Amino acid sequence: MYGNLSITEPVRGVEQEDPEKLAEFEERIARGEKIEPHDWMPREYRRQVLRMVEQHAHSEIIGALPEGTWITRAPGFRRKLALMAKVQDEVGHAQLLYSAAETLGKPREQMINDLLSGKAKYSNVFNYPALTWADTAIIAWLIDAGAIINQTLNAKGSYGPYARALERICKEEAFHLKYGYDNVVTLASGTAKQRQMLQDALNRWWKPILHFFGPPDHMSVHSEKLLRWKVKMASNDEMRQMFLDAYVPKIWELGLTIPDPNLRKNPETGRWEYSDPDWDEFWRVINGNGPCNRERLAVRRMADELGAWVRRALLKPDHRYVEPLF
Amino acid sequence: MEAPVQATIRSLDPRVTRLGIPQELPEFTPKPPLDEWQTYEVFHQARPGEQPVHVGTVHAPDPEMALVFAKEQYARRGTTYSLWVVRTADIYAFRSEDADIFATVPEKTYREPQDYKVVQKLLRLKRKSHGSSSADAPASP
Repeated sequence: MYGNLSITEPVRGVEQEDPEKLAEFEERIARGEKIEPHDWMPREYRRQVLRMVEQHAHSEIIGALPEGTWITRAPGFRRKLALMAKVQDEVGHAQLLYSAAETLGKPREQMINDLLSGKAKYSNVFNYPALTWADTAIIAWLIDAGAIINQTLNAKGSYGPYARALERICKEEAFHLKYGYDNVVTLASGTAKQRQMLQDALNRWWKPILHFFGPPDHMSVHSEKLLRWKVKMASNDEMRQMFLDAYVPKIWELGLTIPDPNLRKNPETGRWEYSDPDWDEFWRVINGNGPCNRERLAVRRMADELGAWVRRALLKPDHRYVEPLF
Repeated sequence: MEAPVQATIRSLDPRVTRLGIPQELPEFTPKPPLDEWQTYEVFHQARPGEQPVHVGTVHAPDPEMALVFAKEQYARRGTTYSLWVVRTADIYAFRSEDADIFATVPEKTYREPQDYKVVQKLLRLKRKSHGSSSADAPASP
């Protein structure tokens, strides 16, 4: 699961590239060709793709933590097995994505250093706690739904290794979505208390879900170049609209209330309108001041430190680092 | 004198609480190079009789561990018959700058079966031999 390359950095330095090579590169992308690791690419393309894939990898590895919280107390053995499988999938996605990012010339150790030192960003939603079992159901259904929208689009992006990793990832996400939906429908069909638990979880997650696709287009850096390079495949607002189109009716169908009195589809524009989901909070959390930022980082660091002696014991003097091929 | 008790992280996850992780993050020590070992390229064979296909890489300290990680990452769904791993450093590959070395291959159509219009030739031959059978008949001894 993952949000968008939610905060886009301005594209810079393209004018310093060889114009002939740049034109050829852009033609290849326009023809729908994939760019492979050893192909010529503008430095800025490399930087932006690396940043995006790396951020995605961090999101997967941190994303395992909020849901992992409930493994010990999953209601029933089958759900426990399924939740463990989902959390394992997420960690596996991080591995695939770190490998894809590595092909752009940044060794994995450096990426993990940036995550553990707090320098790197990851998806904001994972800085919120999963307070109840219903929260895990909402995460698995709606956050993964958002991730699928984003990833299915990006799987058609221009960078070969990332597109291939996403294809594999999307297949696994399909299970996450269905598993989450199953849990949500189970709670919605349950007792009044269970229904309330589900409604409370939806209330807590609604804003983070809207945040998930990144800041609105009018607040984001102009990313026309990234769209042309097929680094970004749709704008943040476009993806948010796709999500609302597909999932608001499904949420209403369950008899749940979406905690926004202004949410409606404008029949004239065909676009969803909604209240401002507090973008100040989004910036506050992404800059390290969310409810769980500190815990997420501390747990990840602890996991890394606890495994350090094993990694060092198995390191052999003839190990050699080379960039992965694909 | 007793050391001051450091506050530890209390999490919704009881396992995290039990770890007793200090609230204050200690100074971060970066990982040294190769802390995550070297990489292996992974080839996946779905069924007997099918070609193994390159699917990606894993970081591992040795080939046996590479196979274990490859199973976890690339054989999570669907069918798998076999996995191969090989050290990335041991692979030699053409660089994309040399891709033009293959450029003339499609031009060499004389190596393709469809470049040989035998049927037309054969029909011509047949037409010719039926039309003037006596003239074209081999000379009698």
